[in-house]
Amino acid sequence: MNEQAAPVGGEPQMRRRVELVVNGQRRSAEIENRLLLVHFLRETLGLTGTHVGCDTTSCGACTVRLQGTPVKSCTMFAVQADGLAVTTVEGLAQGGKLNPVQEGFKEEHGLQCGFCTPGMMLVSAALLEENPNPTEEEIRFAISGNICRCTGYQNIVKAVQWAAQKTQSEQAATTVA
Amino acid sequence: MYPAKFEYFPPRTLEEALSLLAKYGDEGKVLAGGQSLIPLMKLRFAAPRALIDLNRIEGLDQLVEEDGGLRIGALVRTKACERSQLLRDRYRALADAAPQISDPIVRNRGTVVGSLAHADPQGDWGSVMLAVGARVEARGSGGTRTIPIEQFFQGPFASALEPDEIVTSVVVPDPGPRASGTYLKLERKVGDFATVGVAVHLSLDNGRVRRAGIGLTAVAPTNVRATKAEEALAGAELNDASIRNAAELAAQAAEPRSDLRGSADYKRHIVQVFTERGLRTAAEAAGAA
Repeated sequence: MNEQAAPVGGEPQMRRRVELVVNGQRRSAEIENRLLLVHFLRETLGLTGTHVGCDTTSCGACTVRLQGTPVKSCTMFAVQADGLAVTTVEGLAQGGKLNPVQEGFKEEHGLQCGFCTPGMMLVSAALLEENPNPTEEEIRFAISGNICRCTGYQNIVKAVQWAAQKTQSEQAATTVA
Repeated sequence: MYPAKFEYFPPRTLEEALSLLAKYGDEGKVLAGGQSLIPLMKLRFAAPRALIDLNRIEGLDQLVEEDGGLRIGALVRTKACERSQLLRDRYRALADAAPQISDPIVRNRGTVVGSLAHADPQGDWGSVMLAVGARVEARGSGGTRTIPIEQFFQGPFASALEPDEIVTSVVVPDPGPRASGTYLKLERKVGDFATVGVAVHLSLDNGRVRRAGIGLTAVAPTNVRATKAEEALAGAELNDASIRNAAELAAQAAEPRSDLRGSADYKRHIVQVFTERGLRTAAEAAGAA
């Protein structure tokens, strides 16, 4: 990797080799510096679960988790994520088992067209890790950077509540066992 | 949307970042959270030749109270301010502003200092920093200098920074034992820019105002202080008359323009309402009688 600055007047370096850990797998590629993280995921890696919605930092459809933190992948260059861990919607299920948030969206009909769903689920999963038993208000605040145009917020909130309950009852069962 | 091509540098030290910026000058841009810069690059309103990414530099993410005040490093995200108990206890205007800025995902990346350096008249942090009387610390090839925040904003998207300077932190003075503040923001929806925002800060001494700070968002070519309102409050007792008078003076300091978010008259009226409301909230929290 070319860590050092090329001197002004030297050959400008518009590309870099990067290595990211995406959903637990090391993925390396030589890319243009200007390639947005969302396009790296969708086009370079073929992970099309991350959606491009507004492309203007407004809608949250492109949300992924960077080192665990939800970020808008249309508002970040892939080179910025060099050496870091990214989780996309494809990485939510573990070992063939759906994340409780995914189950919740299924059980509570938390989607219609599904366009906002990857971002909604990643933000919700991050919320529940930090706050396992959120109030309805806390859920609505947490997803306020994600726009759903099917106006399905009611069921999205229910889906997150479902996931919270499921996680808590599973943990309670583990504690009793 | 694809930005124009650029060279990308992730320096590990501030010295390295400064030497890169010195090399590229006007054609280099400093990247912190990127939540304002990258959208501009995607629209090609900005097309820097080189991006100097501060995110790999250690020690710039400090949000700490030290002798004389609160230091906010160049990589402190708005989310860190939103979560800070210290801010809720001691720097209330900052704590109240943080969760109203953009949306939760943007706040995970966007930085306080980056917002100031961007110098958007619709930015929220600028008004808050004007109200609390912050100072900006910048480093460049000529060394370090401190810029009082009221001298920092020079026009829309124009700051007092030289092309080779990086803001390393912003420092909020110790508010003293009896102080508080708040930030009121009118926005059409989450994530929108402010239609109007008003930041208020009060510090009290023996029942009188020791210092009042009022910063206004989105009603002038830069974030502005309502100086006459601040002066009218200094040394005064806080009562209905002094609060109403200050609110009227704050409204006079606003020079809003009619646009899709509202008419000039409407915005000026909101400045008055928010200033009055903010002063009452801050006065109560600071323990005024």
